[in-house]
Amino acid sequence: MNGKSTVRRPYVRPMGGWWRRDPFFMRYMIREATALAVLAYAVVLTLGVVRLAQDEAAWNGWLDALRSPASLLLHAVLLVAMFVHAKSWFEIMPKTMPMLFVGGRRVAASTITRIGWAATVLASVVLIALAWGWRT
Amino acid sequence: MPASPETIDLDVLRYRPEQDEGPVWQRFAVPYASDMSVLQALQHIKDEQDGSLTFRWSCRMAICGSCGMMVNGRPALACQTFLRDMLPGPVRVEPLAHFPIERDLVVNADDFIRKLESIKPYLIPKSPRSLADGEYLQTPQQLAQFEQYSSCINCMLCYSACPQYGLDDAFTGPGVLALLHRYNADSRDGGRAARMEILNAEEGVWSCTAVGYCSEVCPKHVDPANAVNQNKLNSAMDYFLRFVSPRGASR
Repeated sequence: MNGKSTVRRPYVRPMGGWWRRDPFFMRYMIREATALAVLAYAVVLTLGVVRLAQDEAAWNGWLDALRSPASLLLHAVLLVAMFVHAKSWFEIMPKTMPMLFVGGRRVAASTITRIGWAATVLASVVLIALAWGWRT
Repeated sequence: MPASPETIDLDVLRYRPEQDEGPVWQRFAVPYASDMSVLQALQHIKDEQDGSLTFRWSCRMAICGSCGMMVNGRPALACQTFLRDMLPGPVRVEPLAHFPIERDLVVNADDFIRKLESIKPYLIPKSPRSLADGEYLQTPQQLAQFEQYSSCINCMLCYSACPQYGLDDAFTGPGVLALLHRYNADSRDGGRAARMEILNAEEGVWSCTAVGYCSEVCPKHVDPANAVNQNKLNSAMDYFLRFVSPRGASR
């Protein structure tokens, strides 16, 4: 040792605006933001249940509100957001699961993502069919 | 194909604590060759232009994990990143993000090393064994459970890809948690109970928000995001099973 004091002065870089630094982070933030769309739709449906519990006029009022142009626009935006939500979460879904083996071979991440989409399509078709059948 | 340039510019983020208030960019022009890596460009600068430029390197073949840095904003091994993929330049070279800069491209890795040591990164036998007991036997499936996670070279690129670590370095982080999982997932190991405490903590797997960039930048395809996120399930099981199992889930 030469007895001199250290010149070390570790520099910590700021994190401000970190999510703008990489397109990957932007996509992550969009995925997280689509959770707000899920929340918004849950609020719309909950309001429907509340109006149904009140009386027939209240329920019909809610149905009329759903048919308004503003509501249709909102639903179009929410639908797009839900699609992005599903897509981005199905992409990350294989990372959240333990390794799956079928017949001694590991199930590929892309297969798990496809199974997620298949379940979504199936659930949507069943739901639409039920709703349609119930209307007529 | 356009003709190869004679030189290519490198913008290097420099920090000399004895003279610089904060990091400053410095541009160097280096002779271009199509087989030249970013590491070779830095070595050219150090040998021919400015001997004070400081950076870590050793093996030149993506196995020592020393030359991790930000190249054009993305965590990468400098030895594995080629100038030909970044034409016409300039190529921006910065020290690994989210770590304190010690000097030029050298970061302080003390936090990572301390965390690495804390997870007992070695096999802890379930019961004492003697040589006479012979070797352990594992099925290919038991091997597959941990093999990819044992490929980690401690290059810390995943930490530079993790905004959660950058925002709060209390987070144990992707690489160390992947290595923790490597031992917990090994059928020969009996040290799970001791490691679950680190994994279950808020600074353990629960600080991860599944950004997933760690797995994208990993040069060894370890997939730390998978190791961390599948352990959220293990951690939740460990928490709830204590109510039904008097000895807890991890024992």
